Amino acid sequence: MTVQELPGAGASHRSTPPPAWSPRTDAAPLLPDPEPYRVLGTEAADRLDPELMRRCYAELVRGRRYNAQATALTKQGRLAVYPSTVGQEACEIAAALVLEEQDWLFPSYRDTLAAVARGLDPVQALTLLRGDWHTGYDPREHRIAPLSTPLATQLPHAVGLAHAARLRGDDVVALAMVGDGGTSEGDFHEALNFAAVWQAPVVFLVQNNGFAISVPLAKQTAAPTLAHKAVGYGMPGRLVDGNDIAAMHEVLTEAVRRARAGGGPTLIEAVTYRMEAHTNADDATRYRGDAEVEAWKAHDPVDLLERELTARGIIDETAIQAVRDDAETMAAALREGMNADPVVDPMDLFAHVYAEQTDRLREQAAMLRAELEAEDQA
Amino acid sequence: MAQALTRAMRDAMAEDPTVHVMGEDVGTLGGVFRITDGLAKEFGEERCTDTPLAEAGILGAAVGMAMYGLRPVVEMQFDAFAYPAFEQLISHVAKMRNRTRGAMPLPITIRVPYGGGIGGVEHHCDSSEAYYVATPGLHVVTPATVEDAYGLLRASIASDDPVVFLEPKRLYWSKADWRPEAPAAVPGIGKALVRRAGTSATLITYGPSLPVCLEAAEAAREEGWDLEVVDLRSLVPFDEQTVVESVRRTGRAVVVHEAGGFGGPGAEIAARVTERCFHHLEAPVLRVTGFDIPYPPPMLEKHHLPGVDRILDTVARLQWEN
Ligand SMILES: Cc1ncc(C[n+]2csc(CCOP(=O)(O)OP(=O)(O)O)c2C)c(N)n1
Repeated sequence: MTVQELPGAGASHRSTPPPAWSPRTDAAPLLPDPEPYRVLGTEAADRLDPELMRRCYAELVRGRRYNAQATALTKQGRLAVYPSTVGQEACEIAAALVLEEQDWLFPSYRDTLAAVARGLDPVQALTLLRGDWHTGYDPREHRIAPLSTPLATQLPHAVGLAHAARLRGDDVVALAMVGDGGTSEGDFHEALNFAAVWQAPVVFLVQNNGFAISVPLAKQTAAPTLAHKAVGYGMPGRLVDGNDIAAMHEVLTEAVRRARAGGGPTLIEAVTYRMEAHTNADDATRYRGDAEVEAWKAHDPVDLLERELTARGIIDETAIQAVRDDAETMAAALREGMNADPVVDPMDLFAHVYAEQTDRLREQAAMLRAELEAEDQA
Repeated sequence: MAQALTRAMRDAMAEDPTVHVMGEDVGTLGGVFRITDGLAKEFGEERCTDTPLAEAGILGAAVGMAMYGLRPVVEMQFDAFAYPAFEQLISHVAKMRNRTRGAMPLPITIRVPYGGGIGGVEHHCDSSEAYYVATPGLHVVTPATVEDAYGLLRASIASDDPVVFLEPKRLYWSKADWRPEAPAAVPGIGKALVRRAGTSATLITYGPSLPVCLEAAEAAREEGWDLEVVDLRSLVPFDEQTVVESVRRTGRAVVVHEAGGFGGPGAEIAARVTERCFHHLEAPVLRVTGFDIPYPPPMLEKHHLPGVDRILDTVARLQWEN
């Protein structure tokens, strides 16, 4: 066969013209609004549900306290490292609150707080960062996937799980969290594409906190917003103020509802800010100035809600104090839990590599046991 | 060691305008380990570039840049975060010269901080060298001393072939008597060095395990063992001659590395030594390696990593009686 004879080589060989290209017409509007969606401080706040907002407020205050306590634990050397979510609490809390018990959360390494807000024991949530075991809880029990350290790699898992649940006829939605930097990874794009093609019941929540370690969003993407990335895959993209918990709750609830009803995935970009350094090992002064951080302080998620709810008489000083006391109790329990020295068994090294121990691992386990016994005797 | 690596890139960039450094956070921040500190300032962001966060993209783009005549030096932030780039590495970086009958070599240096011992959380401590050495077309080198950090990185950047440059991250902070004003000339890629001469057995090692082996060799004197320590420096190519000569002298050999033993580099080295030194060996070639498990959490890593005691116990087993 010569090159000319190859099928499709050269337009002149086409006997019939290609079929007319027809764009999909059945799709919901995909483009995000140009401005992040807001509720607090707008007319939309008139329809706030006081009960829900009181709950959100209590969780926000607890979340803030949790961040402070975990950071303090790194200073005491109890945690190797803690990626703080101060400033991002509204995203973390809303993500946990909109899910039903049977739904699944797929957090990134930064999202310990979302896992705790979903009900995970704070000490169990921190073992990864303390260093006693990688995942200190049973994901099936809590329907929280392991906190994912390799970026964006949990997103295809969320799609697969949601797809599987639907194949089985189960009413399950998966909510997957990722940072702005993570949206550059191939896994992010593959996950979005699969989710849209399969119309899987997944919600992708991007917390755009301005930086991937030191790299600002402008060096991460040339798209107008990260929410725009949804369009090319055929799913709606939503842009929302990530510090406005009422807006977060509303947009996430809508996305979860649509996923549950068979309407397919949604990509949500929450615009927020990382108030602290990437982790305690990072020096944020190398890549950003104080002025920027100061400006975001005026848009603090806890203050925003507190002001709105106080102005509307939904909470008062007494209620605020009660919430703070409750957060203090949680922090004290966390401190106590983390200050107990964890008991680790070196033989655990071999316990969970395979369902059935291999001869090789048995040999290595015996060698370690002998070493430990010799140490004990010494 | 960190400083020597920075200096190597700086000197290479100053001498050769085609050398470009790129990766995640390598610019303003100077890398999470600060190995690229100051390069963006000195050479501009076009020569030391913060890329989007995508390892496959970084290495794939480096392939294109090298195809067009540049010499990219790519930083992978941590061992386990290089895995998304394996498709590019294995299917293209390693094979391009071969696929093009030599017409298109790819002078790319891929810097990977690797190994444990720093109390890192999961996915930050893998010893991934076995994946690299199993891929024909790549050079794989790893410095264990400050001089080698400089010399081997210069040689890697100058190489017309792709080099996976494994940086033992727990040695980043090792301070040795190294004067950056006059970087010592060290042998380039493919040459092993005897770091300590001895007569009763040879420890064959590289990268993060070299200091452990040297310490073990000191401790072994008490037991009457005079150990020779060979630092491979380069896993591919493998300096068979230096290793074989040493083992023929001492008659006994132990290979030491942090990576898992099964299918690890030690398996290949032990096989080669056996093939070449069979009649000189007084005992089988033994290995001391990490266990064949996923890298454990920080609180358990001390039990996993080959330490002085485990090496000494193994050396004792060289007292072979048939
Ligand atoms: C695949 C992969 N590459 C690199 C890293 C190293 N790393 C950890 S966090 C981080 C930045 C993440 O930024 P972003 O996705 O915006 O999330 P944020 O930290 O802001 O929550 C990087 C580069 C990683 N964890 N995984």
